[in-house]
This record gives sequence, structure tokens and C-alpha cells, in this order.
Amino acid sequence: MRASTTHKRTKIGKRETSNRSAYAFLAPYLVLFATFIIVPMVIAMALSFTNFNTIQFPSFVGFLNYVNLLTRDEIFMQYVLPKTVLYALIVGPGGYILSFILAWALAQLSKTPRTILALIFYSPSMTSGVAMTVLWKIIFSGDQTGYLNSWLMRLGIINEPIIWLLDVRYLLPIVIIVALWSSMGVGFLAMLAGILNADESLYEAAALDGVKNRFQEMWYITIPTMKPQMLFGAVMAIVGTFQNGLIGVQLSGANPTPNYAAQLIVNHIEDYGFIRYEMGYAAAVSVVLLGIVWTFSKISKKLFQEKD
Amino acid sequence: MAGYKGSNINPKKFEKKQIKIILAVLPLALFMLLPIVFIFCHAFKPMDELFAFPPKFFVTRPTLDNFTKLFKASAMSGIPMSRYVFNSFVVTVIVVLGSILLSTASGFALSKLKFKLKNTILEINNMALMFVPVAVMIPRYLTINVLGLTDTYLAHILPLLAMPVSLFLVKQFIDQVPDALIEAAYIDGASDLRVYFKIIIPMIKPAIATSAILAFQQVWVNVESSNLYVSNEGVKTLAFYMNTLAATNNTVAGQGVAAAAALIMFVPNLVLFIILQNSIMNTMAHSGMK
Repeated sequence: MRASTTHKRTKIGKRETSNRSAYAFLAPYLVLFATFIIVPMVIAMALSFTNFNTIQFPSFVGFLNYVNLLTRDEIFMQYVLPKTVLYALIVGPGGYILSFILAWALAQLSKTPRTILALIFYSPSMTSGVAMTVLWKIIFSGDQTGYLNSWLMRLGIINEPIIWLLDVRYLLPIVIIVALWSSMGVGFLAMLAGILNADESLYEAAALDGVKNRFQEMWYITIPTMKPQMLFGAVMAIVGTFQNGLIGVQLSGANPTPNYAAQLIVNHIEDYGFIRYEMGYAAAVSVVLLGIVWTFSKISKKLFQEKD
Repeated sequence: MAGYKGSNINPKKFEKKQIKIILAVLPLALFMLLPIVFIFCHAFKPMDELFAFPPKFFVTRPTLDNFTKLFKASAMSGIPMSRYVFNSFVVTVIVVLGSILLSTASGFALSKLKFKLKNTILEINNMALMFVPVAVMIPRYLTINVLGLTDTYLAHILPLLAMPVSLFLVKQFIDQVPDALIEAAYIDGASDLRVYFKIIIPMIKPAIATSAILAFQQVWVNVESSNLYVSNEGVKTLAFYMNTLAATNNTVAGQGVAAAAALIMFVPNLVLFIILQNSIMNTMAHSGMK
């Protein structure tokens, strides 16, 4: 398996120009990538070993930030980490599976209904920022003019309006719902494109070979042929899940969220970096977050590794 | 039933069995659609409907009041809204086209060409897309400052041109282009450049369309560059302006203006998606090669 891969690659790579020409194709990207992404990233990682209040020059403190994070940050251990894990366990796999199943279902429709439904499912990812705040805040508004309160009261389910967005019990579930609502993003589009681009003769061959129903077909044909898109979708789901902190803060209107009810790692980073101005500590938390995301995406890479 | 027919994927025409699927996803679709409908309705509500009790979901007497208010507010500030629109337009077009060119070219190299640092570059690229953006905000500000890009259009454009997510996406699709096809072209004497334009680009249209949408979304709503790298009002973007409006109009009365702003920011997304969805669901890419 490994040998055949190298064999195939060498055939393409055998031509002498390959090395030079590859760098020519890469050069413009690499220059910008290094300047605006890698250099800032390296600075951020270096800052994690310093004490930096954004005004004075950073002073080197070694691993102190990391030690503090693991041993003294009660809020992190007591609220942020458990909330993030709970949130990630539901939104990550939930959003990913939902994206795949919807993409798979839509691929079985003819063009017009498919286009309309794809637009609908993708549209929440388009309504980022401004739109989301306006919309969900009004729906979950805490007084009786809020849509949800008004509906529930009219149906007689509740008598008093519930202050949804400031209630410790409801904030995290609401954040999870909103996150799932907007999880049909670019991963969903990539998977939809992947399913639709599969070679049709494969499906015909599979039917002849005794594939019995559409679930077998999905498992034995669809998923293996679109592994690159499955991996992309998985990495996007992991990254999106762990890097999302906007929803809770925007909905409750405060960072930290009330009683740390929906405090995710990203909120913790923002809290330290831009409210307490402890940039060094915030950088250390981001490096830890990078480690978490990287580990999960390695696992998903194992699952969808190309076996060619 | 005498065996499974197979190939439900991408049917050519509407058949009865598709109704089952539509019915299955319909409740979810309505739930997802609700907020969009709401944005449209809310933006056209007159004052008394915004305040109505019990609140109304749909607009009954649509009005353009919110939009007039929004334009009046922009007329009062020193800079006409057309300026922000122009800035956003220029920045968005350059970033979308530029990032597609960069990610397809480098995706081609990383997927199909052979060279020493290939795996290292891929690994670093993937790591970069996993690093949380807030952490690099200040270091990036420093970089832009050192390069002397503050207060220029380049401060909006350059940091977004190299898009790790887009490269990752495009590379995944190029991986699926059969090596045999490329080898055949090389045997016929094609150069790398020719292979890139004549084989790779036409075969990864869905990826290009997807990353165009992705790039558009990142740059269109991007307020970071206007907030941090640009202090000259005349160089700021529409997203920044709309955000300020929404933020300063946080009362119920301002909800109408904020909703109108949200709608204005949302519609270009919608239009672009409708234009590009045909290429995303482009199923012709694999025809002609078996």
C-alpha cells in the first residue's frame, strides 16, 4: 500500500523541473502565509512564556503561565474546561453527522429541490455577526415581548417570562442549539460536492455486486470515495467547535458569561487577553487549545487516511 | 424486490421516492429557515410592529422606514455610505480572486508535485488553521505596523490572501484528480503550468466555488482590519460601519435599523451562493474520464 503510493508519486516527480516548479507555484502563498500567519503565530507562542500586559515590554517567565493554568486557574478547571468539553462533545460530532446526513440526503434529490434545501441549510452560516445577535436576542428576549416567552405563555406552558439568556440553566443549551443551527458550513458544502462528484459507474458496479440498500451503499461506496471531503469536514467541525466562543458572549452580552454558564476556552482567552490584558497568559491558553484541536484532528486523520 | 437498483445519487429528474427524503428534512429546513425569514420580516417592520405585544413574527404592513433611518444616520456621519461600499467591494473582489489563485496554485504543488518540504508545509498549514484567531490579533497588528501597512487598503487585503482553510480544502479535492490523467498530460509534453490550467482548474470547480464562498464570507464581514489596522475612516469597510450602527442602536427602537443593516450585509452572501451553487454541485467534473 505504502509502496504503491511512493511509486505513483515518483512517476510524476521524476521529471527534473518538479522541485523548482513546485516552489514557484507555492512561493506567493508561502510569502504571505509566513508574513501574516506564521510570524504572528510564532510571536503568540513566544508570548506564552512571558508576562505581557500589552503596554510594557514582555518579561520572560518560563513555564509559569502553563503551570498556573494547570494548578491555579480554578475558573478554567471548574467551569471553562467542563463546559468546553460538554459543548464540543455535542456540537462537534452532532454538527458533523448532521452535515453529512443532510448532504447525503440532498444528494439524492433532483436539482431544484436540492438547490433550495442546500441554500436553506447553509444560510445560517452566512448570517454571522450582526444578523445572529439581532435575531436570537429577540427570540430569546427575557421579558414577555420575547418570541419564545410569548409563545410559551400563550400556550400556557409557563406563567412568568424566563430570562433565557441570563439564566445559568438555559444559556449553555441555547448556545449549543444556536451552534448546531449554524454548523452546516463549509464542511457541509464540501461533503455535498464530494458525494455528487463520485463516479456514477461505481454505484452501478456496487449494485451488481450485491449492495442491498442505500445505507450499505453509503457505507461501502459513498464514504470511501469521498474520504478527502470527509476529513476536511471533520477537521472543520473540530476547529469550528473549539474556536467558537462568540455565541455565548453575544447572546448574554457579557464576557465572562453570567456565572461562567457558557464560558468556553475562547471566551477565557478573550477574557484574559482583552479584558484583563494578560496577553502572556491568554497566549498560553491558546497554545493549549491548539494542542487539543491538533490532537483531535490527528485522530480524524487516522480515520480517513487515504488508502491508495 | 428483485435486488437493489443502486445509484440514488444525483437523480436526473424528480421521482416519487424523493418525497420521502424531502418530508424527512423539511422540519429541520423550516427551523433553519425561520431566522432568515425573520431577518427579512424584521427589517421591513414599522415601529409599532417592532414594539407589538404579543410580538409578531411576520411583517403585516411592510415599510422602508428602517432603511431610510439607516441611510439618514449614515448621511449625518462625515463619510458617505457609498465610500464604505466601495472600499468593501474593492477589498472583497481582490481577496476572493487572489486567495483562489494562491490556494489552487499551492494546492496543486502540495498535492501533485514532488519536493522536499511538502509534508512539513502541509503540516504547518494545517496547524495554522487550528490556531485560534484571537491569539494572533495583537502579534499580527505588530507585524502590519512594522511593515508600514496601517491605514492602507493593503492592511485589509494582504493578511487574508493566504487562507489556510482554503488551501486545505482545495488540496483535498486535487488529491482526487487521478494521477493517471496528469501523467498522460506530462507524457504528451505538457508543462506544470499547462497541467494546472488545463486539468486541475477545470476538475476542481466545486472546490473553487466553495472556497470563493468561504473567502467572501471571511472578508465581507471582517471587522478586525478596520478596527485594528486602519484608523482613517475613509479606508474602513462596510462591515465595520454596519457593526457600529448595530452596536450603537441596541435599544428596541434601534432594532429596526440593526435588522436593516443585517439584511444589507446578508443579501450579497445569498446572491453569491445562488450564483455559485451550480458549480459546487457540479457533477460534470468527472465526465470524460473513466
